[in-house]
Amino acid sequence: MTVKIVIGLDGTDTGERALTFAKDLASRIDACELLVIYVIEWSPFTFQTAEENAKRHVRREEEIELATKRIVEPAVAALKEAGYSASGLVRHGDVAETLNKLTVENGGSQIIVGRASSDGFSKRIFGSSTQNLVMHADVPVTVVG
Amino acid sequence: MKNLSKISLLATLSALVSSPLAAQEAMGIDEKVNQVFANLTGPFVGLIFAPFPGTSFPWIVMWLVIAATIFTLYFGFVQFRFFKHSIQLVKGDFSDPSDAGEVSHFQALATALSGTVGLGNIAGVAVAVGIGGPGATFWMILAGLLGMASKFTECTLGVKYRNEYPDGTVSGGPMYYISKGFNELGLPGGKILAVLFSVFCILGALGGGNMFQANQAHAQISGIVGDYPGWITGIIFAGVVFAVIVGGIKSIANVTEKVVPFMGILYVGAALIILLVNYDQIGWAFGQIFAGAFTGLGVAGGMVGALIQGFKRAAFSNEAGVGSAAIAHSAVKTKEPITEGFVSLLEPLIDTVVICTMTALVIVISQQLIIDPATGNYMLNEAGSAIATVDGNSGVSLTSAAFASGISWFPYVLAIAVVLFAFSTMISWSYYGLKAWTYLFGEGKTSELVFKIIFCIFIVIGAAASLGPVIDFSDAAIFAMAVVNIFCLYFLMKLVKKELQSYAARLQSGEIKKFTH
Repeated sequence: MTVKIVIGLDGTDTGERALTFAKDLASRIDACELLVIYVIEWSPFTFQTAEENAKRHVRREEEIELATKRIVEPAVAALKEAGYSASGLVRHGDVAETLNKLTVENGGSQIIVGRASSDGFSKRIFGSSTQNLVMHADVPVTVVG
Repeated sequence: MKNLSKISLLATLSALVSSPLAAQEAMGIDEKVNQVFANLTGPFVGLIFAPFPGTSFPWIVMWLVIAATIFTLYFGFVQFRFFKHSIQLVKGDFSDPSDAGEVSHFQALATALSGTVGLGNIAGVAVAVGIGGPGATFWMILAGLLGMASKFTECTLGVKYRNEYPDGTVSGGPMYYISKGFNELGLPGGKILAVLFSVFCILGALGGGNMFQANQAHAQISGIVGDYPGWITGIIFAGVVFAVIVGGIKSIANVTEKVVPFMGILYVGAALIILLVNYDQIGWAFGQIFAGAFTGLGVAGGMVGALIQGFKRAAFSNEAGVGSAAIAHSAVKTKEPITEGFVSLLEPLIDTVVICTMTALVIVISQQLIIDPATGNYMLNEAGSAIATVDGNSGVSLTSAAFASGISWFPYVLAIAVVLFAFSTMISWSYYGLKAWTYLFGEGKTSELVFKIIFCIFIVIGAAASLGPVIDFSDAAIFAMAVVNIFCLYFLMKLVKKELQSYAARLQSGEIKKFTH
């Protein structure tokens, strides 16, 4: 049976470390697929101007394209080159919630993410996406430091 | 060099403010602006507010209320039947998760609300209650509840007939649904009516969406820092608006968009505190509202006076039937245009039934309106045009005084709120006006720039002119939009009915169901 491991990237060095760890893990499993996911932080409950709304669809497409080209595609290409079976996804949403949901939907058995790199006020109040993921995920989560 | 010119401008301004002679001259500019403006807009205002022959009842008020009543009946009290569903839509229960990142129902509603919640709720209500007495509140609430159906109709059409351009941007609003809808029904004159609407929309953007805001923001600021010429506030406001809409300094707009909702919550919170502290008077205040609604309690014009004021200010505040919200709501991502109609019907509820009523209750409870102890009726001011108030306050200063009687420092918060509300409404309306402008003159950088500059000039005029002519023109321009919009909605409402029947059937059969999030 194929094991599917999800790697959550955030475009920083910690994501790279998560990738390295996932590769190491995958090399120990016979049939393993790697799914690279990048979640663009977004909430449906924010306030925007009318002009921003009118251009939102275009911006969304640009954001997805940028994340796909800059982060997900290079990661997937590197994994494939190294001989792994890999695919990628880009979605908008709450990072922890979306990563967990996509993992469950795609039959992922565990999630690997880098340690939270964000700092500051909002993190103190709401916790980081990594903390939220660890607390609420439906599958085991490995946080790579 | 830039800094030097800034300093010299500031020096000139401060000299103008401090020197009595210069101040007199400056006041002279205000007066001239006021006079020219009043003369120019007089005939237009007269036409829109013309009374029914032999009565003092303006036909336009009847026009709005009859329309809202017809839509309410035609759609079988849609505002009550689908109220729960509207809330579920805003919560995102029916939003496809694969559309994440697009404009949500909540965002479209919040954007439209930031265009309507503002001075209408603070100053407009004070004008209504000040002239029409507490009874005006009753008619305002009724107009708000009925107006939900008007909003539902126009916003459904706004999404259904919006333009989606190859680059992915969208433009929607009455001008689009009028021309496309009439075309679809094989009716003549759609294009002409769309053009007419656009012209009025531009005037509305310059009037209610701009001059009234600038005017009341100036009144609020000068009430705190002392009297000074209005055009100075106008120039400062125009400068900031210019920086946002022409200079593209999004950070200012972004900050405002984020702060304004909190200001709204703060305002409602403060009103609630005052009402809670005076909870024993709430019953009395509602008694005044009901009694005043049918007797007038001595206000100028009696019951009809209260009714006219209530309906007028409700329409001005929530803009139901005006068509502006259809422009704001049209950017939402949905496969079902009618869902945006359901969401939009919450707007008059939040704006008028909740926020306006809060303001009215605070004004009544604070007893700023003077009651004749002998008769129990309200006393009129010397001119006999409005109810006499404790310090002769009217408009936003009446609301301010009412809040100050409960929370002494609140006028300072209110001043900031008014300025921010005014600013966010201006930004919203600059967009509505721009959409109408580009509909008429085509999309293009130069064409857009011309409108934006005109918009900024009107901010200065609005701040300099006195409240009377500004409020008259603002009302007239906004109501003129409603004349064309509602006329067209009568023809187009059957298209909405078709959508409603189809959607309701699919909702009942379970074809349209909640997404698991």
